[in-house]
Amino acid sequence: MKVRKNIATSEEGFLFNPATGDSFSTNSIGAEILQLLKSDMPAMQIVEKICEKYDVDKSLFERDLEEFTLQLKDYNILE
Amino acid sequence: MEKIRYERPFITKMNAGLMNKFGTKSVNEPVTHIESVSVRNLLSEYGSPLFVISERQIRRNFNNAQRIFKTRYPKVQFAWSYKTNYINAVCKIFHQEGSWAEVVSGFEYKKALGNGVPGNKIIFNGPDKKDEELIMAVKNNSLIHIDHYDELYTLIRLSEEHKLRPRVAIRVNMDTGIYPKWDRFGFNFENGQAWNALTRILNSENLDLVGIHCHIGTFMLAPEAYSIAARNLCELTWSVKERFGKMLQYIDLGGGFPSTNTLKGAYLPGTDTVPSIDQFADAITDVILGYGFHQEELPTLILESGRALIDDAGFLLGTVLATKRLSDGRRATIMDFGLNSLFTSLWYEHKISPAQKLGDQTEEMVMFGPLCMNIDVVRESITMPMLQKGDQVVVHKVGAYNMTQWMQFITLRPNVVLIDEENNTHIIRKAEDLRYIEELEQLPDHLQ
Repeated sequence: MKVRKNIATSEEGFLFNPATGDSFSTNSIGAEILQLLKSDMPAMQIVEKICEKYDVDKSLFERDLEEFTLQLKDYNILE
Repeated sequence: MEKIRYERPFITKMNAGLMNKFGTKSVNEPVTHIESVSVRNLLSEYGSPLFVISERQIRRNFNNAQRIFKTRYPKVQFAWSYKTNYINAVCKIFHQEGSWAEVVSGFEYKKALGNGVPGNKIIFNGPDKKDEELIMAVKNNSLIHIDHYDELYTLIRLSEEHKLRPRVAIRVNMDTGIYPKWDRFGFNFENGQAWNALTRILNSENLDLVGIHCHIGTFMLAPEAYSIAARNLCELTWSVKERFGKMLQYIDLGGGFPSTNTLKGAYLPGTDTVPSIDQFADAITDVILGYGFHQEELPTLILESGRALIDDAGFLLGTVLATKRLSDGRRATIMDFGLNSLFTSLWYEHKISPAQKLGDQTEEMVMFGPLCMNIDVVRESITMPMLQKGDQVVVHKVGAYNMTQWMQFITLRPNVVLIDEENNTHIIRKAEDLRYIEELEQLPDHLQ
């Protein structure tokens, strides 16, 4: 689960794929997860880190993270 | 350390297309209270989903409509359309305000009597009036609006057999330039059928012709259609006066005024496109006042408005059961209410608001009901904040037709709560339970 090397990301949640010209926007938690993914943090650690910071059940966030990463794959942002 | 409020991670592809020239106004302001009562408290006390009706809004709507017509025309009488919402508490509010009852079946007729409406203030419409219902209505001195020749001749026969003198009107259908033309009810104006029916009544010894009625359609968006209808009814009234020397007591223009809901397929929201009641009132009263009747013989104007008086007084509160992503990437939200309770979602793009403050991020979604049926779609496309399981929503303008056309299908019908003018809450129809549903069933011996 790695963010493609050519994807440009900003801390505010703006993404740009220079290969296709597509641009994307995420909400702030999405941007935070993308930064963690870029730093090659494993999914389990991301879950722990986010659940520590945000008011969310682990089981709920695991589902949401899985769905989010599926969307990122759909958009060719993840390898 | 206090944790930050969670919002589901979300990504959207940005489209560099044409801008929407109408802009994208945010319509996601949370609605946390109805009148002054908290949505959260209502749901925790009465369960979810829950229909809520505001008594204050009903009275406001009624008084507004009455003022609009009464400032334009001297004799106006509203008759509450029972089929729009016949929960007794709702009917009683309208009757307290001075509304008569307009009913379209024996069942509704008996409901009106049960609500204390005097027989002579009940208008009996519709194509289905059984002999015993007609006899009851005539004995009660109710106004019987004849729908077809079979009914006319039945009434003549019954009045002879039982020595009765029914007070009657005919329902007239006509071409008012709108589509679809409602010609299945009543007698046609253009082909002379209506005049023939009036003549038949006036020549009968037992029937007392007192008025004339039409109902040109539902959710009418063209006030001009009412001008045409009013003119045609005036023409018939005038002809009756000229040829038979009898002045009819009333002209009943029926109902059909729209609420501000947005019809499916409409380009702009209903709040921007629906004419005001003032426009309908102008269209109708200008014609009658200008037709040439003497001031003292002006017929009473009866109106049978339903939807326009109740729709925005009704709310449906509900809760998110689940969210998921569909195979094409669209977000789907599953609510605990569906087509079975919110029948009008077949016609309207209902406005739905979150009932609590959520994040600023919004997403487009399909909103499904809880039924195990593919057709159970509340909104095919709606932009909402990032809803998650347990979040609560408020569906607006559901007061008309839902609490009569709802179906007991798969799930049970929920509580209906009235918020009175002092903001007290009262259950006015209890949620159904298994016992209620099975009460009418019977098991043959061999299946016991």
